[in-house]
Amino acid sequence: MSIEICGISKSYGSFTALRDVQLEIPTGQLVALLGPSGSGKTTLLRLIAGLEPADSGQVFFNGEDHTHRDVRERGVGFVFQHYALFRHMDIFDNIAFGLTVRPRKQRPTKAEIKERVHSLLRLVQLEGLAHRYPSQLSGGQRQRVALARALAVEPKFLLLDEPFGALDAKVRQELRRWLRRLHEKLGLTIVFVTHDQEEALELADRVVVMNEGRVEQTGSPQEVYNNPSNPFVYSFLGRVNFFRGRIADGKVKLGEAEFAVDWASEDDNVPAVGYVRPHDVDVSRSPQYPQSVAAELIYVYNLGSVVRLELRRMDTGEIFEAEMSRRRFAELSLQSGDLLYVHLKHVAFYVGGHLIHA
Amino acid sequence: MTDTSEPGYVRWLLIAVALIFMGLFLVVPLIAVFSEAFSEGIGLFLQAVKEPDTLSAVKLTLLTAAISVPANVVFGVAAAWAIAKFSFRGKNLLLTLIDLPFAVSPVISGLIFVLLFGTQGVLGPWLAAHDIKIIFAVPGIVLATTFVTFPFVARELIPVMEAQGKDEEEAAISLGASGWQTFWRITLPNIKWGLLYGVILCNARAMGEFGAVSVVSGHIRGMTNTLPLHVEILYNEYQFVAAFAAATLLAVLALVTLVLKSLIEWKTEGQQRENEAMPEIIREASA
Amino acid sequence: MGKRMKSKGILPGFGLTIGYTLVYLSLLVLIPLSILFLQTASMTWEQFWLTVTDQRVLASFQVSFLTAFFAACMNAVFGVLVAWVLVRYHFPGKRFIDGIVDLPFALPTAVAGIALASIYSENGWIGQLFAAWGMKIAYTPVGIFVALTFIGLPFVVRTVQPVLQDWDRQVEEAAATLGASRLQTFLRVILPHLLPAILTGFALAFARALGEYGSVVFISGNMPFQTEIVPLLIMTKLEQFDYTGATAIASVMLVASFFMLLVINFFQWKTNKLDAGR
Repeated sequence: MSIEICGISKSYGSFTALRDVQLEIPTGQLVALLGPSGSGKTTLLRLIAGLEPADSGQVFFNGEDHTHRDVRERGVGFVFQHYALFRHMDIFDNIAFGLTVRPRKQRPTKAEIKERVHSLLRLVQLEGLAHRYPSQLSGGQRQRVALARALAVEPKFLLLDEPFGALDAKVRQELRRWLRRLHEKLGLTIVFVTHDQEEALELADRVVVMNEGRVEQTGSPQEVYNNPSNPFVYSFLGRVNFFRGRIADGKVKLGEAEFAVDWASEDDNVPAVGYVRPHDVDVSRSPQYPQSVAAELIYVYNLGSVVRLELRRMDTGEIFEAEMSRRRFAELSLQSGDLLYVHLKHVAFYVGGHLIHA
Repeated sequence: MTDTSEPGYVRWLLIAVALIFMGLFLVVPLIAVFSEAFSEGIGLFLQAVKEPDTLSAVKLTLLTAAISVPANVVFGVAAAWAIAKFSFRGKNLLLTLIDLPFAVSPVISGLIFVLLFGTQGVLGPWLAAHDIKIIFAVPGIVLATTFVTFPFVARELIPVMEAQGKDEEEAAISLGASGWQTFWRITLPNIKWGLLYGVILCNARAMGEFGAVSVVSGHIRGMTNTLPLHVEILYNEYQFVAAFAAATLLAVLALVTLVLKSLIEWKTEGQQRENEAMPEIIREASA
Repeated sequence: MGKRMKSKGILPGFGLTIGYTLVYLSLLVLIPLSILFLQTASMTWEQFWLTVTDQRVLASFQVSFLTAFFAACMNAVFGVLVAWVLVRYHFPGKRFIDGIVDLPFALPTAVAGIALASIYSENGWIGQLFAAWGMKIAYTPVGIFVALTFIGLPFVVRTVQPVLQDWDRQVEEAAATLGASRLQTFLRVILPHLLPAILTGFALAFARALGEYGSVVFISGNMPFQTEIVPLLIMTKLEQFDYTGATAIASVMLVASFFMLLVINFFQWKTNKLDAGR
């Protein structure tokens, strides 16, 4: 089932949570709503579920207007950040709840409910725990119970609020993979909220980057990572260095380095910012390119498969990072205090928040 | 309003029923006390209040509270220190024992002291031989009142002290403070509102206790009559205005108690809210 | 006990405070209370049995238990309602209502007693409304019920209120997304969660009502076999210098109170257990 959000706005008193949000979520995709705290992603998710009314705008499910439908009629599966399991019910009753509250005529028989609950327990790999209570389960197990409970009512799609936020790193990793497989198996549209860019890039078919109540960019993980549409997305997704400079005569000057760009404006000497990912910084002992700049190696961070260098530019004094493989690091046999030459392989320039093409 | 709230008419219906219930059982009786006291005009009211027997009852009530409240404060602080700052076996049993006086009927609370110190009591002959009078005298009233109000301060302080933990005290000790310095300068400022809360409740009960005191007092006018007992005597003598006039003094005490209690609650809640303010805003905003 | 109890850490004063606590507790509470049982034990079994199975005594037990039970039931229902309204809704005068819930704790019972007696007597403000329907409240068991309801009112409100306050609203939202109606959510999700707190409040109100004396004596009429409660009967026996009779009845009451204390502790333990499993 597809979801369409048209011009949704929402504020709480003086705080604006969502500003004129426009978004389409196609059927069957696994979509991440990604953004920092306060970006409005959870509000948007709750609005889709019908847990929060919109101030203006419309919500369509499969082209049908659901804006004024009650949460009970929307038929969405919602998994809460802290799971919101019913503590006084065992796992079986938790999962069966959505079926047992149906009006008598639509309610499945006891045998059918039992069958459905057990098949869901198999799906979430919690067979044998049907008569445990939520307090007796681990965080990861509770998360899966919450999922099974949401799936029991055969929802049109699944909405997950920070599904892995409360779990430790190892369990989070396992559950991510498991959710990915579950999505492939069920073919259900799934939307999840996260503030963890790694999680969004790893898991989602589509990433919706949000900031200050707006959708900043929508696209596949590759698109948003490789071609961020603005500085916010650039700096929010992955590590990035930025260098301040000025643009003049179709060239950006970042310290001693100059880069030719497509700049047709009358204005000259405008401030510009260059964004460079650490792995796009090439480091060598001697200047390899005309645009190489000298830098001093301040500190070496060993991160396992890669090595991260903290450097200071000799011309501007700006501190920045470079990343390289262990092998390359060994070849160069670098030490703190070394004088090096760096070449910026790929720089994205923004003037006043707009991308300038090279 | 979101979908997880009741429709307006249900809400107002529930509020109305709750208010009617509270009104019938709490507000109307309170108004009745004042209305009856002033029913024959303010002159009779003042006359009743200024009567020597009433004044001596007020004095005895104040004296009783002045002894039993501090005694229970000292005990409450000591018990809370031992229970909240240390772990030992039998702690739960001790907590239950401290609660015991709450579970005992006031009449029985008086009775046990009669059984101990009364003329036919265990220590009765010995006391008589030494000409010490406890039952039907002031010491008995103080003892019974102290018994009845025994748990109040401890009960308020223990959870407060437990919530504070002992990190701050341990830090103070490690910085070279003595035990007393740690208590006065670290613990006491942290528990002062909880302590005050306990003192207020303890005092209200100490001044208002009726059943236990009734058993041990002997109802000697001008001698062993506390204010609540005086109210009873006047009422049973059909001196209604005088009875309600004396009752207003106790009702005012109750109202002052409630106001102070609410003020302390708002104050401590306000402090809590300040502490939690930041995460709360972020949580509500979105994220 | 005493100094041999283990005290870890560097904080001083354990020996002093626990010692003082135990001495004070023993002198003021434990020894006086145990006297009651010692005195009872000095009676012969037959003496004891005859005293406590006397018709008038049995009748007073019946009056006390029934009125206390119904008053606690009343408070359980309305206590939940008041707690709900105070936590969930905004209305004018809410702070006043929240503050006045504790009036029965703060108002001396004798004052409550004469106030209730005057309101609910046949020509009192409320009593006359019922009198018009031929119903007497004061000087009947209904009057006792009214006084005990007053006395027990804060207990359920004050035990349920914090649980409701800390309750995670997302659980209700979860029920709504699963299609439960508001009533279904209340009955099947919220109420079971509140139940231990409600039962704790109920037991506290019941225990308090069983022993209550001051507020009841004025409104009850004190008719043997009809409106005579147990504490009043103990009082009467004392005034007749029948110490043995008073002690025997009191020891039965005390055992009932201790049993209630056990029940209350059990429910509180259950409430805490549920909270821990969040």
